[in-house]
Amino acid sequence: MNITLRINGKEQSIECQPGEMLTEVLRRAGHLEVKKGCDTGNCGACTVLLDDKPVLSCSYLAVRAEGREITTIQGLADEAKQFAAFLTAEGADQCGFCAPGFALTVLSMKKEFFHTPSEAEIRHYLAGNLCRCSGYEGQIRAIKKYLEADHA
Amino acid sequence: MRNDHIPASPSTDTPLEATKRFNVVAHDVPKVDGEGLVLGRPAYTDDLVPPNALYVKLVRSPHAFARILSIDPSEALALPGVACVLTWKDCPRIPITRAGQGNPEPSPHDRFILDQYVRYVGDEVAVVAAETEALAEKAASLVKVEYEVLKPVLDFEKAIDNPTVIHPEPEIHEMFPIGFEPKRNIAAAYHMEIGDVEKELAASPVRVETTVHTQAQQHVALEPHAAFSYIDLHGRLVIVTSTQNPWHTRRLLGLAFQMPLRKIRIVKPRIGGGFGGKQHIHVEPYVAMVTMKTGRPARLALTRREVFEATFTRHEMRVKVRLGANPDGMLQAIDMQVLSNPGAYGEHALTTFMVAGSKTLPLYNKVNAVRFGGHVVYTNKVSAGAFRGYGAIQGLTGLEATMDELAHKLGIDPVELRRKNMLHEGETSEVFRIMGEGTEGVAMNIESCKLEECIARGKRLIGWDPEHLVREVAPGVLRAKGMAIAMQGSGIPLIDMGSARIEFQDGGFFKLHVGATDLGTGSDTILAQIAAEELGVDLEDIVVHSSDTDHTPFDVGAYASSTTYVSGSAVLKAARSLKAKLIAAVADKFGVAPEDIVYEHKTFRTADGTRSLSLNDFSYDTLYHDGAKMKTIEATESFSGEKSPPPYLAAFVEIELDTETGKVNVVHYVAVADVGTPINPNLAKIQIEGGLLQGIGLALYEDVRYSEAGHMLSHSMMTYPIPSREDVGRITVELVDSYEPSGPFGAKSAGEIGIDTPPAAIANAIRNATGIRLTEYPFTPERVLAALKAAKAQ
Ligand code: FES
Ligand code: FES
Repeated sequence: MNITLRINGKEQSIECQPGEMLTEVLRRAGHLEVKKGCDTGNCGACTVLLDDKPVLSCSYLAVRAEGREITTIQGLADEAKQFAAFLTAEGADQCGFCAPGFALTVLSMKKEFFHTPSEAEIRHYLAGNLCRCSGYEGQIRAIKKYLEADHA
Repeated sequence: MRNDHIPASPSTDTPLEATKRFNVVAHDVPKVDGEGLVLGRPAYTDDLVPPNALYVKLVRSPHAFARILSIDPSEALALPGVACVLTWKDCPRIPITRAGQGNPEPSPHDRFILDQYVRYVGDEVAVVAAETEALAEKAASLVKVEYEVLKPVLDFEKAIDNPTVIHPEPEIHEMFPIGFEPKRNIAAAYHMEIGDVEKELAASPVRVETTVHTQAQQHVALEPHAAFSYIDLHGRLVIVTSTQNPWHTRRLLGLAFQMPLRKIRIVKPRIGGGFGGKQHIHVEPYVAMVTMKTGRPARLALTRREVFEATFTRHEMRVKVRLGANPDGMLQAIDMQVLSNPGAYGEHALTTFMVAGSKTLPLYNKVNAVRFGGHVVYTNKVSAGAFRGYGAIQGLTGLEATMDELAHKLGIDPVELRRKNMLHEGETSEVFRIMGEGTEGVAMNIESCKLEECIARGKRLIGWDPEHLVREVAPGVLRAKGMAIAMQGSGIPLIDMGSARIEFQDGGFFKLHVGATDLGTGSDTILAQIAAEELGVDLEDIVVHSSDTDHTPFDVGAYASSTTYVSGSAVLKAARSLKAKLIAAVADKFGVAPEDIVYEHKTFRTADGTRSLSLNDFSYDTLYHDGAKMKTIEATESFSGEKSPPPYLAAFVEIELDTETGKVNVVHYVAVADVGTPINPNLAKIQIEGGLLQGIGLALYEDVRYSEAGHMLSHSMMTYPIPSREDVGRITVELVDSYEPSGPFGAKSAGEIGIDTPPAAIANAIRNATGIRLTEYPFTPERVLAALKAAKAQ
């Protein structure tokens, strides 16, 4: 069957198997920025925004996303570039496989908080975005600086 | 970890001397591919697959040990859209190894691409290819396999001379003597002794002994293993794969399929983490079989469950260490005896095992006698293979636990005990000469070792006070400190070789081609930094292309902490020789001697100042304007280390132990390292930091668990959790000034050293907290609680 998804502001009609998860469908539709790390909703690599809230696309039925606004990191490329500059300046990026999902969650956190989140809040908000390459320290430094730069 | 207890960063980070000395090297430049990866641009293997590729699925064994009686693919093949089902009958009967290592490999050739025997749950039985992924999955489930189920060996303590022989097949063999005795379930064995250990131990007034048991561990690189293949215009087999070693992959596939190597091309795109897990051919043979059978492109990306069940883990080891010392703490003898579990196949069996001694024993080089030995024994569990810090972490865990026991027995500060006995700059150890990786070692004098500085700074950062290593912060909640020191290597001397080619381009920039394999570590960036430094240009002037067997010069690959030291030295040599060629060409053009040319700020001048030419202008001259003198200017150089200078690290940890629940949290982990000149300090630090977190995971949570029948229970990221950012407190990594004369701009390695200390340092902190020596890893709350109860009962 075919479903119609609104991805990064554009409607796309995509083939979809019954019971198929959003990650697969998005990747098949050319959204390769959505990564697949675990299939069990544990790693956060497949994060996309659904109506501005992060969800794990590997655990989200594609059909349920019909009629909703799907945003991948490509849909927020400008903000993502700004954040990437802080991340790479800290040397906090390694293989990068976690990065699109992680960066998307950071951007969503920034929108969601009215105050500058504390380190504990940052760690908690991003707990579902695993990174096996880093020890998270550089990422935390980059996030703090990114948020500070914005509020300054 | 309670978030409100994360200590503030105590960084005393003083600028490195090296940063003042160099322009590009020792500077924190951003990773060249950083932004593109954050934006999710197609970069990894599975992002690049051609559209018409067949989907490959593997039928895997449900039994820990069985013989395949029959395979009936008829139902699967009857499904429209199924291209082929391939079994052991479709493979040449050539024993191979999956291990990407030197040639000949120190690993036994003890497996086949597909075999009539399956030796662990998840072992490959058949290869299915179909038009869609769903169809391939369905077809795989329809392949009917009849097994004769055999009795497996699951406990590595019972493997030697077990009635079950895991490898009865006659064709398998070792490539050179490694102690291979498959009839006894022994994959490899080794023994060495310097001096008379028993005599020295008997004569030592103080003796201690500890046996630790470290578990298997999963790499969990976030990108699952993936490969695709196709036949190119010239009829050659091209494989794009997430590999750490393109050339070893090409060689092993050539052997497996009895194909001339000229018919194969291996390309490595970006990799989503490796840690040793992609140093083996897990997926490449299967896509290749399908492409060769059907002529079609074929793709395979493992599921996370397959990565867990059917790639490789870290070697489980039992390490027994005995130390003999004088009452003043001077060590007299060290004995280390190891039993290692490589699972069903012997990849890296001997080398991992030997590293347990060769990368730990030289730390304490003042002993009269030292001995190392033991066996590597087959079991019917998933195979073990390369994993960051291989062998060293297991050996060090035993050694450093026992050192702390000695300190307790003598009543001296564990830091002082180590300082008394440890290796210093200008010294050596006999072990370097005797033990290599699978072969004899290489004698080596230590030209850079700043362990004293690492220890001093680490003590300051953690606030080390030997009189107060434990305190109660709340009823039943203990805060305690522990420490350990470590060394690694920088490549395998006289075995690892890397090369680089640099070519001058119009526009005045340089193309840097390296065989080296960036697995996310940032090696493309640091190799470009080395080239830029030597060529006197900016980092942007270097365009890097890496890891393609057709288009980049040879490199053994990224493992054994080799890239910065080995491949980096090749880049430096190439840049040096290219610079000399550029100067010679300009001298020729100006009609002066090369000595009369000064090159700086991207400009050539004659010494008398009469003529000058920019790099940019010269690039057009040499390629377009200079008639008969026109030429491309390039240099290719190789490097093979004559030594493997160790980086060093001093680790100090503060833990919080809840005696009610048994839960242990890392509050603060301090690691101060000597990696020589860090080519990119940020990237060196994040390598160490990432290693530390994996080591903490090994110490506290990560465990590969099996059912009684040998089914893996921890086969998802749910059942095998890796540390999240809420699980650990602060991690502080600092680097000390150090310069390794044999390394590029003074550099050593940084990739593995980070992982080595956590299991020992955390165990030592728990010992300081409770008086209990935990030896069974990981230290789960249940285990800690049981130990506390047992201690109370005594
Ligand atoms: S792939 Fe969705 S959480 Fe891991
Ligand atoms: S950078 Fe590799 S998983 Fe995060």
